[in-house]
Amino acid sequence: MIEQNQIYGIAAVLLFCVGLHGVATRPEMVRKVIALNIMGAGVFLFLISVAWQGARAPADPVPQAMVLTGIVVAVSASAFALGLVRRLAGLAEESAAEHGESPAAPPKEDPK
Amino acid sequence: MSMILPVLLPLVGALLAFIGTRRIGAVGAMAFAVATLGASVLLTVELWHGGPQLHMLGGWPAPLGIALVADGLSAMMLLMTAVVGVFISGYALAYFQGEASQRFFWPLWMFLWSGLNALYLSADVFNLYVVLEISGLAAVALAALGGSRPALVAALRYLIAAMVAALAYLFGVALLYAEYGVLDLEALGALAAPGLATTVAIALMMLGLAVKTALFPLHFWLPPAHAAAPAPVSAALSALVIKASFYLMLRLWFGVFDGVVTFGAGQLLGALGAAAILWGSFQALRQRRLKLLIAHSTVGQIGYLFLIFPLVSVPRVDGVSAPWVVEAWAGGMFQVLSHGFAKAALFLAAGVILRATASDQLTSMRDLAGRLPATTFAFALAGVSLIGLPPSGGFVAKWMLLKAIFASGQWWWAPVVVLGSLLTAGYVFMLLRFAFKPANGPLDLKPVSKVMQVIPLLLALIAVLIGLNVEGPLRLLEIGPLTPFLPQGGGR
Amino acid sequence: MTVDFWMPLAVLASSLVTGLVIFFLSDKSQSARTWLNIGGATLKLCGVVYMVWWTFAGREFEARFALALGFDFLIRVDLLSLLFVTLSSVLWLITTIYAIGYLEGAPHRTRFFGFFSLCVTASTGVALAGNLITFFIFYEFLTLVTYPLVVHRGTEESLRAGRTYLWYTITGGTVLFVGVVWVHVLTGPADFIHSGALAALGPEHHATLRIIFAILICGLGVKAALVPLHGWLPVAMVAPAPVSALLHAVAVVKAGAFGIVRVVYDVFGVQFAEGLGVLRPLAVIAAITIIYGSMRALVQDDLKRRLAYSTVSQLSYITLGVATLGVLATTGSLVHLIHQGIMKITLFFCAGNIAETLGLHKISQMNGIGRRMPLTMGAFTAAALGMIGLPPLAGFISKWYLALGGIQAGHPWIVLVLIISSLLNAAYFLPILYAAWFKEPTEEWPAPTGRLETSWLLLVPPLLTAALSIAAGVWAGAGFTPAELARRIAELMYARDP
Repeated sequence: MIEQNQIYGIAAVLLFCVGLHGVATRPEMVRKVIALNIMGAGVFLFLISVAWQGARAPADPVPQAMVLTGIVVAVSASAFALGLVRRLAGLAEESAAEHGESPAAPPKEDPK
Repeated sequence: MSMILPVLLPLVGALLAFIGTRRIGAVGAMAFAVATLGASVLLTVELWHGGPQLHMLGGWPAPLGIALVADGLSAMMLLMTAVVGVFISGYALAYFQGEASQRFFWPLWMFLWSGLNALYLSADVFNLYVVLEISGLAAVALAALGGSRPALVAALRYLIAAMVAALAYLFGVALLYAEYGVLDLEALGALAAPGLATTVAIALMMLGLAVKTALFPLHFWLPPAHAAAPAPVSAALSALVIKASFYLMLRLWFGVFDGVVTFGAGQLLGALGAAAILWGSFQALRQRRLKLLIAHSTVGQIGYLFLIFPLVSVPRVDGVSAPWVVEAWAGGMFQVLSHGFAKAALFLAAGVILRATASDQLTSMRDLAGRLPATTFAFALAGVSLIGLPPSGGFVAKWMLLKAIFASGQWWWAPVVVLGSLLTAGYVFMLLRFAFKPANGPLDLKPVSKVMQVIPLLLALIAVLIGLNVEGPLRLLEIGPLTPFLPQGGGR
Repeated sequence: MTVDFWMPLAVLASSLVTGLVIFFLSDKSQSARTWLNIGGATLKLCGVVYMVWWTFAGREFEARFALALGFDFLIRVDLLSLLFVTLSSVLWLITTIYAIGYLEGAPHRTRFFGFFSLCVTASTGVALAGNLITFFIFYEFLTLVTYPLVVHRGTEESLRAGRTYLWYTITGGTVLFVGVVWVHVLTGPADFIHSGALAALGPEHHATLRIIFAILICGLGVKAALVPLHGWLPVAMVAPAPVSALLHAVAVVKAGAFGIVRVVYDVFGVQFAEGLGVLRPLAVIAAITIIYGSMRALVQDDLKRRLAYSTVSQLSYITLGVATLGVLATTGSLVHLIHQGIMKITLFFCAGNIAETLGLHKISQMNGIGRRMPLTMGAFTAAALGMIGLPPLAGFISKWYLALGGIQAGHPWIVLVLIISSLLNAAYFLPILYAAWFKEPTEEWPAPTGRLETSWLLLVPPLLTAALSIAAGVWAGAGFTPAELARRIAELMYARDP
């Protein structure tokens, strides 16, 4: 019988892999950030599943602390990334306006 | 108390720079930079006389409290960061005269420094994750300071790579906790044993850290990011930030997982390092833009560091390390030191040239020997250390690595070292050749402050002279349990 | 910290300090620079003479710095190092005088003389090195400080030449490094005077030792201009004449040849090397180089390039002697180290005079030049005849010893090589002499501006060195000549490991 937290553990690994795949294959920047957050969700889910200490005992606080810290870091990093994306889009609009063209759709793609 | 100072002082400096005016912020941060150097020296002296240091923040014991631990390796990294950091700060004071980006440079730089110091002093894997992220975010923000489109694109790529790396690392931490229930480095070292979860954890953590250290083939983010950043930032990124994640790899591999990692795994890392040496140096040779050349050179020089792994991951006989292990370890650390100083010198000198000629192309460096002799000399000295010519620190590093290579019988690394030196000589002398060419037109040089010209020269001098005192760093490295000199407790 | 410790360091420092101070002078402070140069060179010579005198009286000069890497930085005076360092110091003084005259009014003189002095420092260090690693350090330092001299003029051609030079020498240096480290791993720190370390290893190492020997020779062979590693030498002729003179007589090429001498005699031990069977291939390579160099020299019209190929060829006499067992052959190789240096520098001085005074570079333009510049061509003639091996000149002495040594070792083919080479030497030198003295000039040359055919600074050096080469040959049997010294060293060497 697979226990409940083991299901969560496996799901966490799957999420991590899906997120990683997304980061690697999606060219648009915003999607990459979303994929990163999915990866993060996977890691956090795994940590929570580790915190399970049986039906009667209270959950282990250490992994919970780790998850909280991790969420904070992930949020700040995502915000930063999105800020950079916006700035890049702004730069593209400016240069398009300078050249007298109508502003093209702001590039959200990773210009490889 | 002295253990908190290297982390606290730059933090205070960052806050001061953030809330103060541009002028006060810069000068204040500089003062705190010098103070941090003092604190790092103080800590090293205490370590020298008293052995490894331990400090519990707030007096709270582990596992809930955060412990700070210092041994010889940490002190050496701390000192290098501090010395290079002070020079970078001094340079930045002159570089950012009145520019808007100065407003954000100082807080970010001080945050980065604080994060790096905390990394060298941390004692548990999760704390390391936190400071890894802090330093990483600060580094990315600094890389984006240039504000231009290439800089932002490169910074974004850097950020994505850093986040993936950190998440991989965190997953590894989670796996370790799931398996062993502890986070403390020493406790983990005692408990670590071969197993599926441990192997996956090590792989994930090493992978994440390898991305951050720009090990081939995960180095793609480095050249654009380091090249597009302002000169002091490039210096900090190439000389200091990369070394932090490498330090962590050393810590984990040899300090914690010493009984788990196999000879084959060490060879794998060594092979990637060898590929990095050859690929990075070859790419540097093909560049026609100064900062890109130097950035690719970083990718190449980092490869040398990874030669430590195959040479030291050799099974012990009767609990005693193989005799060449000391040489390999010392050689790798000398490479860390000399590359740190030499690369910082190179990037700062490149900044001088950019300021003077407003061009990044190598061809604009004509007659540099005549116009900016101090800068050319800095390039030459730093190049001497990179190639590994005597008596520089780079030479000492290669000498020790080669000795270990031959003594261990792993002779296949020798041709790589030789080829790496030759390729490095190739691009260093290509650089210098432009400097000696006579100018083919009227020269239009913008004035560059003397401070900006002298600092790269001083850094390059250190890189060359560091080879003269081998005894000191060697003794420093021997302090503390997380080195292969003394028998490990448990695990084997 | 006795005199025995400080004197060798002082000899090194005399040119190091001179060089460093010169860098801080401006291009205009000519007299300061001249005083520094002459003063430094004279001091060095005094120091060397002191060491020569007292070493023969039995004192030992040594400066040792223990570094933590398992080796010592060792400066030590033994008879071999005296041989080389005397050559360096005497020729430095003479070349300095020449360079002052040659570069009068040229730009970037500070840079030139600064690196010039550093070059001599490196060369002295190579001579005085007491173990392989110290030798290597100065060897690489030599590469670094000679590069700016090669590219001094800054033209496209000299920069290209400099690049070729660097590729060759850095590659050679890196290969040498591998060999040095490998030796060190096998034997631990070994000074040159304790030459038995490699021989003491058991026979299971012999295959490895052969590989190491090959690696060391390859590394040294670049500077020693062994075919096919000689390519940089003719290309580097684009440098100003004082540079070619110093590089090809004293510093770079002799460092390579000296290194080979040290490797065979002091690192391996000549008997052991013979036992390993590595000396025969070395001798063959040397012989090929001798013949090939001479043949290439035959077809060169540019005077300096002809002299360059002549250097390639003549240098391998030293290697040939080293690769032949026996006191006589060793004497021949060591004495040729000195004689070739003196003769070749004379030739390059003269070539420089002709180029500087009359703007001529090609031999085909030099008809009748003996009448316009009799003193220069006189010196040239003396040196060229010496190179060919005319008795009783210096070149004859070295070839005589080498030939006898070849017979003594049971390799009479060496005599054949020497004869062919001497004939080739005659074939490429005699036409120059004939054209210079006996043919009519084909163009108008500018008349001399003073009483002498050219500046006295440019005349005294070649006359001096030509006189030295004659004296070294004529008085070869007497007390303090190079031939005597070489013979003494060779005898000591064979007495040490019978």
